[in-house]
Amino acid sequence: MAVLVYAESENNKLKKSALEAVSYGKTLADKIGSKLTCAVTNCSDPIILKDYGADKIINIKNDNLKDFNSKSYSIALKQVIQAENISILILSSSPDSKYLGAHLAGITNGSFISNVIGSPENLNPFTVKRSCFTNKAFSLTELHGDLKILCISTNSFGIIEQSGEGEILDFDAESIISTLKVSNIEKESGQVTIADADIVVSAGRGLKGPENWHLVEELAEVLGAATACSKPVSDMGWRPHSEHVGQTGKPVSSNLYIAIGISGAIQHLAGINSSKVKVVINNDPEAPFFKAADYGIVGDAFEIIPELISKLKSRG
Amino acid sequence: MNILVCISNVPDTTSKINFTDDDSSFDKNGVQFVINPNDEFGLTKAVWMKDSNGANVTVLTVGDINAEATLRKCLAIGADKAIRIDCKALDANSVAKEIVEHCKETRYDLIICGRESIDYNGGLVPGLIAGLLDYNFVTNCVSLDLSKEKATCSREISGGIEISECDIPLVIGAQKGLVEESDLIIPNMRGIMMARQKPLEVLDPKNMNAQAIDKKYFKPKEKAEVKLVKPDELDKLIDLLENEAKVI
Repeated sequence: MAVLVYAESENNKLKKSALEAVSYGKTLADKIGSKLTCAVTNCSDPIILKDYGADKIINIKNDNLKDFNSKSYSIALKQVIQAENISILILSSSPDSKYLGAHLAGITNGSFISNVIGSPENLNPFTVKRSCFTNKAFSLTELHGDLKILCISTNSFGIIEQSGEGEILDFDAESIISTLKVSNIEKESGQVTIADADIVVSAGRGLKGPENWHLVEELAEVLGAATACSKPVSDMGWRPHSEHVGQTGKPVSSNLYIAIGISGAIQHLAGINSSKVKVVINNDPEAPFFKAADYGIVGDAFEIIPELISKLKSRG
Repeated sequence: MNILVCISNVPDTTSKINFTDDDSSFDKNGVQFVINPNDEFGLTKAVWMKDSNGANVTVLTVGDINAEATLRKCLAIGADKAIRIDCKALDANSVAKEIVEHCKETRYDLIICGRESIDYNGGLVPGLIAGLLDYNFVTNCVSLDLSKEKATCSREISGGIEISECDIPLVIGAQKGLVEESDLIIPNMRGIMMARQKPLEVLDPKNMNAQAIDKKYFKPKEKAEVKLVKPDELDKLIDLLENEAKVI
């Protein structure tokens, strides 16, 4: 059983989630007793993967792989999978990797499983733990098929430094064709995104109006956090949909989630439950969110947040 | 233009999640089933396309007879025809392959699925359909413009939006943004009456294999009681986050 990790890059740099996927892959390869192969595209620093356990690093080259395209990338990875006789492919849970994983499963007729939250409990039958029912439950799932594709839930495994052989090989992918062409990418630069953030600061209707969001943004800035919001806030147009977290919004699995003025409806909790530590600030002591929180403050956010910002700033 | 909207019949978002049969299956007792929210955004978009350029909208689900109430609701919302492939939805793989077999017999220009279902959260079905049929695929789709043979779609990416152009046939993974929550169509009496007259076809399954089998479910452990910090003791909160939780 040979293991391959696709280590995703952005702007030619490896993503943090890629290092977690490689850490997972190495632990799995050790368990199986095989070497770990990693594949990269458009990556200027692939040797970094050696420190997370990569034995062989395959640098896939093709002019048509400059921008992410799930079909082109699937065709390229399929060639690596065949050349290296891969039976398990590990991906992160970034939006691009999840997109790629499902599409690749179709193109290779592989079996795919997302939201994996731990090393396999068993190799035969291959059994992993995953989250389901939007984090309200977990399952132990047996995965069959000759090619298994796993998406590892963000922050569920962690990044482990472990050394690999780190041999880098160039791989020329062939016949990369897609009739889908990316025409434009609109991206705000310099902002921490919810998917990549270690800390997320989120607010709800308790903030009373969009004009008060500078408080959330300032707190996020001191913490190096991403900003998010509850469903009603995005429905009312106070904040963009891209910030809506919860069951029908974005999932959050940060290390720290700070919820300000969010009551904690079951749909909201479902979306953020896999965050490790939750802090709730709400003036209603009966807010259901307190039951799901690790730390809580009952009080007025308009007094607490500015003071918290100034204390965090003075902490340096 | 033929549009297929794949519908997953899922527990309502407020449902209590419990398991039965020695924790090997979801306990449906007392649970209200609804159209998967991501599918409903897609269905609404399809109905708009029907209204604006006369598309033909078929909804399809893979499941037993209990899913028919949800299909009738889709018809009341505005779909023209419903199909139920009569078998238990074993896993995403078998469901997607049942849909693929149907799509080999009936060609659709556009196949809309939710980006993922809110129950098993696999996120596999649209990608698997696209890959197996060799159709173009855009997931996390937040806008779609279709004219004749060309589609322009936007996809939510980390920190932004990616806009792409492609040929049809096309598979999309729908989500909120494709239409807004306030755009969702609540069936009126006329729609409900008309839905009763619309065709609901039941097809025999091809009995595709499952590849992911959930052996056992369990729920998260009860959380320890929240630690409350007084509003005037923010230093204590910072200390707890720094030294106890070690997250800042």
